[in-house]
Amino acid sequence: MADLTTDFLGIKSPNPFWLASAPPTDKEYNVRRAFEAGWGGVVWKTLGSEGPPVVNVNGPRYGAIYGADRRLLGLNNIELITDRPLETNLEEIARVKADYPDRAMIVSLMVPCEEEAWKAILPRVEETGADGIELNFGCPHGMSERGMGAAVGQVPEYIEMVTRWCKENYSKPVIVKLTPNITDIRKPAMAAKNGGADAVSLINTINSITSVDLDTMSPEPSIDGKGSHGGYCGPAVKPIALSMVSEISRHVETRGMPISGIGGITTWRDAAEYISLGCGNVQVCTAAMTYGFKVVQEMISGLSDWMDEKGHTNVSDFVGQAVPNVTDWQYLNLNYVTKARIDQDACIKCGRCYAACEDTSHQAISMSSDRVFEVIDAECVACNLCVDVCPVENCITMEEMAPGTVDPRTGKVVEEEYANWTTHPNNPGAVAAE
Amino acid sequence: MANTQLTPGIAAGRIGADEIAQNFDDLHAPFEPHEAAVASDRCYFCYDAPCITACPTDIDIPLFIRQIQTGTPEAAAKTILEQNILGGMCARVCPTETLCEEACVREMAEGKPVEIGRLQRYATDTLMAQGVHPFTRAASTGKTVAVVGAGPAGLACAHRLAMKGHDVVLYDARPKAGGLNEFGIAAYKSTDEFAAREVDWLLQIGGIEMKLGQRLGSDLDLATLRSTHDAVFLGVGLGGVNALRAKGEDKAGVEDAVSFIADLRQAEDLTNLPVGRNVVVIGGGMTAVDAAVQSKLLGAETVTIAYRRGQDRMSASRYEQDLATSKGVRILTNAQPVAIHGNGTATEVEFEYTADSGQGLTGTGETFRLPADQVFKAIGQTLDGMPDGLTLSGSKIAVTAAGRTSLDDVWAGGDCAEGGDDLTVTAVAEGRDAAEDIHRKLSAG
Repeated sequence: MADLTTDFLGIKSPNPFWLASAPPTDKEYNVRRAFEAGWGGVVWKTLGSEGPPVVNVNGPRYGAIYGADRRLLGLNNIELITDRPLETNLEEIARVKADYPDRAMIVSLMVPCEEEAWKAILPRVEETGADGIELNFGCPHGMSERGMGAAVGQVPEYIEMVTRWCKENYSKPVIVKLTPNITDIRKPAMAAKNGGADAVSLINTINSITSVDLDTMSPEPSIDGKGSHGGYCGPAVKPIALSMVSEISRHVETRGMPISGIGGITTWRDAAEYISLGCGNVQVCTAAMTYGFKVVQEMISGLSDWMDEKGHTNVSDFVGQAVPNVTDWQYLNLNYVTKARIDQDACIKCGRCYAACEDTSHQAISMSSDRVFEVIDAECVACNLCVDVCPVENCITMEEMAPGTVDPRTGKVVEEEYANWTTHPNNPGAVAAE
Repeated sequence: MANTQLTPGIAAGRIGADEIAQNFDDLHAPFEPHEAAVASDRCYFCYDAPCITACPTDIDIPLFIRQIQTGTPEAAAKTILEQNILGGMCARVCPTETLCEEACVREMAEGKPVEIGRLQRYATDTLMAQGVHPFTRAASTGKTVAVVGAGPAGLACAHRLAMKGHDVVLYDARPKAGGLNEFGIAAYKSTDEFAAREVDWLLQIGGIEMKLGQRLGSDLDLATLRSTHDAVFLGVGLGGVNALRAKGEDKAGVEDAVSFIADLRQAEDLTNLPVGRNVVVIGGGMTAVDAAVQSKLLGAETVTIAYRRGQDRMSASRYEQDLATSKGVRILTNAQPVAIHGNGTATEVEFEYTADSGQGLTGTGETFRLPADQVFKAIGQTLDGMPDGLTLSGSKIAVTAAGRTSLDDVWAGGDCAEGGDDLTVTAVAEGRDAAEDIHRKLSAG
């Protein structure tokens, strides 16, 4: 059985599955239950400065997007940072860490953008024995209106400044949590690096309104008939987060920087994908909030089985393995020609491929009177839409055309050599092949 | 002393009222909203969907299921009812396992079709519970049409004609409208007076005058109807029952299955409805299954369906056969009745085994007897007392695809007309299509 033990910034945990800073990690009671269930670590829900704690709304905090059978695909929230006294949280953190020394304990922080505020809280966090801190520069709702959370994360200069203060006033690893509510994720990542951050974690939640009540005309979740944008998370955000992670993993100035991956991780497979794109571990929230802490057991068994199958003995074996395969569009091989193929034995004759292709694509699927669907190679551009809409997995596949054969769509011989847009004759900026 | 299942002969109240009530409860409980949401999510919204092709009334099934899935069951109901005004009853009685659900691609994919019938019921029940009738009449055309027979074909025809602005007089021989929906069909498929409620709801369209207790051939004659209306539609069903042609057929206890089912449907209290201790049903269709299952549910000790050919030739669907056996009915095949024994009252049926050579059915000479206090004949119905002037095709009224008979102002549909599968849904389609043809003809002047 593969060894799931991970070492992230020198912080050891029995597996790469941490609970993200969020409602599930707000109290000792929850965190003890999480550790008993098997979670490798937690990022304690964000602490604020000493003094009267923040207050939360007293109506609904969450809104949801559903798939079939009310399967929760996306969740949004307008909950703020912890609304419990700082001292209470610090005492609980110290107690839990002492009882679970083998688990990672990270403390999430969000205090005003003033050095004194950070200098005040960091020594107290240090005293708890926690393994590191995570700077919450991401929450898009509520706190951002007060100049914290995403309001900091959207200004790279602030990120660098605050990170530097933390590195100067705290001895253990500093992780900077990034907001996705920006146009280029590489900028805040570089700022964190420049400030001395040990790692970045991403993504925080995405600005969102889950729905509008068409009777009351109130956005959801509705507080007395009004709504505010909240932070979106869950399986629906995973593709956005994966892309952002990959951008940091492959950018010349940030590549190699440790990343803790966050965003819609629901199964072991999601976690493995994040790790393959360069994450040293992953953080989970929505899956736990949807199914309870026990989900980690499937994540552990699934990842372990897959690693055994692939011959990986340690999680670090495959960190970033997919990164070299993330490239720019201009470098994609234009001589790679595929055609859709429909497995007639697997086909259930629903005709969705036909409707999709005929109505919205390239009229490259024929339909006979007895509902046999076949690909017309002379029209098929290999767009993959038929594969995507087919309800039967592997019924429609994309098959590569062998070099030397003629693509009936273009009438051209499929070339064996790699060729991309940069050298394509239609590209006004094409450079001659060397 | 109260009767039991073992009480000899034919007796009422063989089992308690509670058990009978439970036995005759809805065969399939209606969907709750969440169940409907889950079931509708399974529909793939197929292109040119096979289920539509399989539906005799061409209901746009993927569309109505999507309308349920998006929280608009009333719109779903309208999609259904536009094609099939008796969509509520058809949702209950259609052999969906041989129609839409058999064609469902998920049946092919995983042997579990989308539950189209139950979803249709969910949509139509939702709309009808609101007392809403979603259609309105066109401006009056001043034309009148006589529709004879207020069964599925006649009701569908009358509604469509009324919607087009024609005035309809709807005649029926029985004291209640509904035809087989009201008098045929197993009770557990149409609970809570659904057939009667559906007729009342259908009549909300307006422009339909109902005249009950009017039998063609005695109270009505076709010539008069033709002279007093612009068109006539005949949806009179099949009033006669085929004879067994077995010795002793006239003995007490030998009855028509359709009469038994009608009595059962109209019974105020099922504990007062007598049933035999040992019941034998002769036949292999839906009527045989309905009579057999209901006999068992009333408390008969043994119930046997005896069919003269092999099981694969039974016209009752496999689903219906399984329903029967699950209720404790025995299905006996390749056995034909040769005599009913008993001293004035049936006590046994004598059968001969048969062999089907492909050229025809022959008796093997080997016989056996089954105890039978009550014998139901369910070997098909025949056209009863058809007026002169109509050409027949075989034993039914000859019609074109649009329902035209040999008389240019008379149309026919449902079980009395040729073609179709003697299903409620087929009758609805024929009544509807005849109405469209009548409308075209009347509109043309």
